[in-house]
Amino acid sequence: MLLLIVFVFVFAFLTLLLGKFVHSKFFKFISIVPFLLFLFFTSFIPLLKDGTKNIFYRTEWMPSIGVSLDFKLDGLSLLFSLMITGIGTLIYIYTSSYLRGHPYLNRFYTYLGLFMGAMLGLVLSDNIITLFIFWELTSVTSYFLIGFNNEDESARKSALWAFSITGLGGFFLLASLVVIGSITGETSIHEILSHSNSIQGHEAFGLILVFFLLGAFTKSAQFPFHFWLPGAMKAPTPVSAYLHSATMVKAGIYLLARFTPILNDGDLWSKSLLLVGGVTMVYGAFHCVFRKDLKGILAYSTISALGMLVFLLGIGTELAIYASSVFIVVHALYKASLFLITGAIDHAVHNRDITILSGFGEKMPILATAGFISALSCAGIPLTFGFIGKELIYESTLEGGVTYLAIGLTVIAVVTNIFLTCSGLLAGIKPFIGELPKKFSKVGKLELGIALPPFILAVLSLVFGVFPNWINQGIINSVTRSIYGDFINLDLKIWHGVTTALLLSGLTILLGVAVYFIVRQSHNSMRFIERFEVFAPQHMIEKLIEKIRVFAYRYTGLTQNSYLRIYLIVIVLFFIGLVGYKLFADVPLQVNTEDLSAFRSYELIVFIITVIAILFTISTSSRLTAIASIGVVGYCICLIFVFYGAPDLAMTQFAIDTLTVVLFVLVLFKLPSFLKLSNRRIQARDAIVSIAFGTLISLITLQALVSPADKEISRFYAENAYTLAKGKNVVNVILVDFRGFDTLIETMVLSIAALGVFSLLKYNTKDEESSE
Amino acid sequence: MKKVQNSETRHLDSTILRTATNYLLPLIIMFSIFVLLRGHYLSGGGFVGGLIASIAFVLHSYAYSPKETLALFRFSPLRLIPTGLSLSILSALLPILLGLPIMTGVWFAEDVVVIGSVGSALFFDIGVYFVVIGVVLTILFTIAENV
Repeated sequence: MLLLIVFVFVFAFLTLLLGKFVHSKFFKFISIVPFLLFLFFTSFIPLLKDGTKNIFYRTEWMPSIGVSLDFKLDGLSLLFSLMITGIGTLIYIYTSSYLRGHPYLNRFYTYLGLFMGAMLGLVLSDNIITLFIFWELTSVTSYFLIGFNNEDESARKSALWAFSITGLGGFFLLASLVVIGSITGETSIHEILSHSNSIQGHEAFGLILVFFLLGAFTKSAQFPFHFWLPGAMKAPTPVSAYLHSATMVKAGIYLLARFTPILNDGDLWSKSLLLVGGVTMVYGAFHCVFRKDLKGILAYSTISALGMLVFLLGIGTELAIYASSVFIVVHALYKASLFLITGAIDHAVHNRDITILSGFGEKMPILATAGFISALSCAGIPLTFGFIGKELIYESTLEGGVTYLAIGLTVIAVVTNIFLTCSGLLAGIKPFIGELPKKFSKVGKLELGIALPPFILAVLSLVFGVFPNWINQGIINSVTRSIYGDFINLDLKIWHGVTTALLLSGLTILLGVAVYFIVRQSHNSMRFIERFEVFAPQHMIEKLIEKIRVFAYRYTGLTQNSYLRIYLIVIVLFFIGLVGYKLFADVPLQVNTEDLSAFRSYELIVFIITVIAILFTISTSSRLTAIASIGVVGYCICLIFVFYGAPDLAMTQFAIDTLTVVLFVLVLFKLPSFLKLSNRRIQARDAIVSIAFGTLISLITLQALVSPADKEISRFYAENAYTLAKGKNVVNVILVDFRGFDTLIETMVLSIAALGVFSLLKYNTKDEESSE
Repeated sequence: MKKVQNSETRHLDSTILRTATNYLLPLIIMFSIFVLLRGHYLSGGGFVGGLIASIAFVLHSYAYSPKETLALFRFSPLRLIPTGLSLSILSALLPILLGLPIMTGVWFAEDVVVIGSVGSALFFDIGVYFVVIGVVLTILFTIAENV
């Protein structure tokens, strides 16, 4: 299984190489890869369908910290794997037509492949750390996908929003996973399962739960983190279809489902899930019917459906979990199909405005069929899979009998479904009926690559609706078992007889159709609904970000105003403050004069030369003199190194000094003639700062001599330089062998510095050229 | 080696310096290699060696001009940086192939004449040498060109 995921990643990078050599029309042939993966996962259905068996794959990775590449295949992960690869295949086919001739098609496929790999890794991981890594990878790769039209500023912005929100959630998730890991001492999910009591009994359980839910809710676009999802509609439509029907946002649902047996304590868990899921589903449903952008409608109805799933998991009964497993599939099928249909229309006429689009049924018969079926499934008309899903939802909300809670749950489920029904009709049927506007009359036939994928999905909605037992026996039972824990055997039926649920279904459809005819989407309705966005956290976060930016601007202006002297003064003052405080507060100051070696006459001479050179530097009015004097100071320091037996240091210092002076001279020629900018006051300030700094450094040096240094390390190096590293020059042996890693990283730092200088200056010149 | 004289010429225009440089350049570079190779036994090493070699080129660019010094290279000195880095990293990774931990010093059994024993540490140092030359020359030439 590890090999499989590695293969997906490698495959993704390989598609990048295809770009320059393969014509974009051949890209559809690489859809065979996700299809083969899909077949591979299909082959597990017979093995796993009774839900008693899980298949484990183990690979050690970092055993010392309990991170291993363990993968587990059970009903839940199999269902997700099938959706990821199955819908993935259709998206691959669809994209090859949708983005034909796009110059960066290969990149798109790479991002898509990487995302698919990350998703597969996420749903298959059995280790919480690995799970988290793949979780973050899905955020990162989806960032590339959402921001694929990277020349569009709003696309970049929404990609960043999606990334920041899901990334933020990722931090919380990590925190809670780490705590779970430290409480149980296990990192493998199936081991943690047996410790669920100790987690739920732990005093930090509330915190774990909150952090965990924050992670899952941000990913699944739950209120109040939902706002990244409509923004993510800036992505090319295949991306929206893939991310928002079956993968990215369902990752949060997957996580909740996976951890239900571990974290469901029957109280806090259900309450928070019910609350957040309930608010989200009503909020999203209410919003979607007032939009006029097709993708906007679908985005909000996705939010609503995700809320519904969270809500069902929150109810947490056997039946509710069963209903959620069914609804995951129902939603994936019809939502992917509707997204692809939207994309097809957009591709054909470059318009997504629901108030304009109509009458495409004749021109696009296959697409229209797909749209009808998907809309019916979304609305929950009998004989579609959506009907079965909806019946189950009502049955699970009604399960509690005639209590306030049960009635309340049922009411919000009905309200949500009414609006969802309407949204389905809007997206799936409205564009195809009525009269074709004149300006679209020249629309040609759709390519098969675009029309077929939504059609296949729609047909599946129908097939599962008519023969629900196929999918029930195949996988839904096994999924429910993975989430619920106990063995259950429920049956999907097309006809339950005349029950309350059926009546509610009928009511939903009726009212949904009524809403469809009453609410007219227009500019006004958009404005009406957008008024509610003021309460959305996006607004507040945007304000906060603006404030931070202003603060950073002011702060930078104060401390880093691009005068070198100010930078230096800030750095030096800060250092003096910090180190000086520590030195005078904590260290008993004393000077040990005994161990100092006697003053030798040539040292005195070097010292005098140094002082003279320094005086020259600060008093001269010629830059060249100043620089030459600094060079003299440097060379004097070299001499001191030589006197005290550090030839390596001396050599290096000598070379560096020479180069520094040379560098200065190079720049010097271009500078304007010397100006006396500083007045007495500034000079006095500088003098005080530098004298304070010099004094401080001298004091530190003297203190360093007093405090007993640990000679152990240097002795080790000196003794072992030859025996271990075959070198006689200890300094060099330390550099290239004992502390070779340091040297390696230092050379990297040097290289980065050089690249920095190079790119800064080159960039600058280019800029000037273009402005000229 | 005729050069157009104008007020913009900023090198030290001296025939003596130029002639001397022609001989000094190879000498200093040889010296830098010497310093590099002796590093394991006596004072020296890749870092100092690299600095000395770059000083040789700097001297040349003073005697002539940065452009002419750049012409001595068939490729941009910038490329020395990745070359050196890869050499260092490869020599650090080499022990892995032999089943030893990363950065373990591995040595040839036989000593090589003049250089002494040759091992991964030497290649590591040569990598540092290249990086230093690349870095110094890149910074120098970029500044010389753009300021």
